[in-house]
Amino acid sequence: MQDDYINIILADDDEDDRLFFKDAFDELKITTKVKTFNDGVYLMDYLNDKESDLPNVLFLDLNMPRKSGIECLKEIKKNSRFKDVAIAIYSTSASEEDIENTFVMGANVYIKKPNDFKTLKKVLSEVVTINWQYHTNGLNKDNFLLRL
Amino acid sequence: MSVNNPKFTEQILDMTLHLKFYFNEVCRKVLDEKLLEHNIKHKIIGFGEVELLEKLSPEKLKAFSNALNDCHIEIVENQKSILAQKIKDVIKDMVFNEDTVVNLKASSHLADTIGHSYGYLSNLFSEVTYTSIENFIILQKIEYTKQLIINENLSLTEIAFKLNYSSVAHLSTQFKNTTGITPSAFQRIITKRRELNQEQTT
Repeated sequence: MQDDYINIILADDDEDDRLFFKDAFDELKITTKVKTFNDGVYLMDYLNDKESDLPNVLFLDLNMPRKSGIECLKEIKKNSRFKDVAIAIYSTSASEEDIENTFVMGANVYIKKPNDFKTLKKVLSEVVTINWQYHTNGLNKDNFLLRL
Repeated sequence: MSVNNPKFTEQILDMTLHLKFYFNEVCRKVLDEKLLEHNIKHKIIGFGEVELLEKLSPEKLKAFSNALNDCHIEIVENQKSILAQKIKDVIKDMVFNEDTVVNLKASSHLADTIGHSYGYLSNLFSEVTYTSIENFIILQKIEYTKQLIINENLSLTEIAFKLNYSSVAHLSTQFKNTTGITPSAFQRIITKRRELNQEQTT
């Protein structure tokens, strides 16, 4: 159970967002391995491959071409192979109702994309740290809900 | 529990059982079984500590360690991790165990029980766990609050009293600050999620 690093995956169609995201993780003190995918189809192809390393935390953009974040979320929640993956929705904006819906559908974290790099770093660090606490302290993941 | 208990039969009809775990006892039982399985003479000293009454060969220790890993129990080797784990155990005991004196100040209680200054413990803890003792305590309390809201259907007022908060408002604010959502939103989401899961499985 002792991992030397945390596996992170982001699916987001915006190239700049992917870049910022990677840079932010490079600067955190927790060691992470970050993989990114350009849309939901690429992401699900990777996840459904039995050889693939599953992420500890998966960040999903809601609006992606071909397959949206919500569709990915639904597929992931149906498959018990992914039960240990924490899911963070990473989106520009949404109504209160949308946010609550993603939680109901099984998302653990909802992040409104921050506008500046400093906040992004802080937010991502918080997600990973809290997820780490759940992971290392045997807390009940079903009760893991976080909104940032 | 008797099957004639109305609450119990109702739950069976519902096809969902809500369970309450006694963590310490569960862990101890698993540990004890594994030790017996591996024929290791031992004495369980306290939570998270076992005294071996015989010397184990490296092969035997390795086999035992692997068996424990399968149950998600890990033998802690590093001194700092051992201390951090002790701190966590004391905190969990303070939060979850109602029999422990509740009005203790966490810092002095930790220092007294473990026998190091709070400053030392606090630095070590942050280094090993990526969080501070204060945040860890809050996280544990909020997790416990979630459990109580969902499994025992307690009101926030009752929980605030049980966990020794000065007021409901204080607990409510801390919940919101820690999770980003209010306790009532939390309850609503989990209830809806359970309904959704039930629809999908029926």
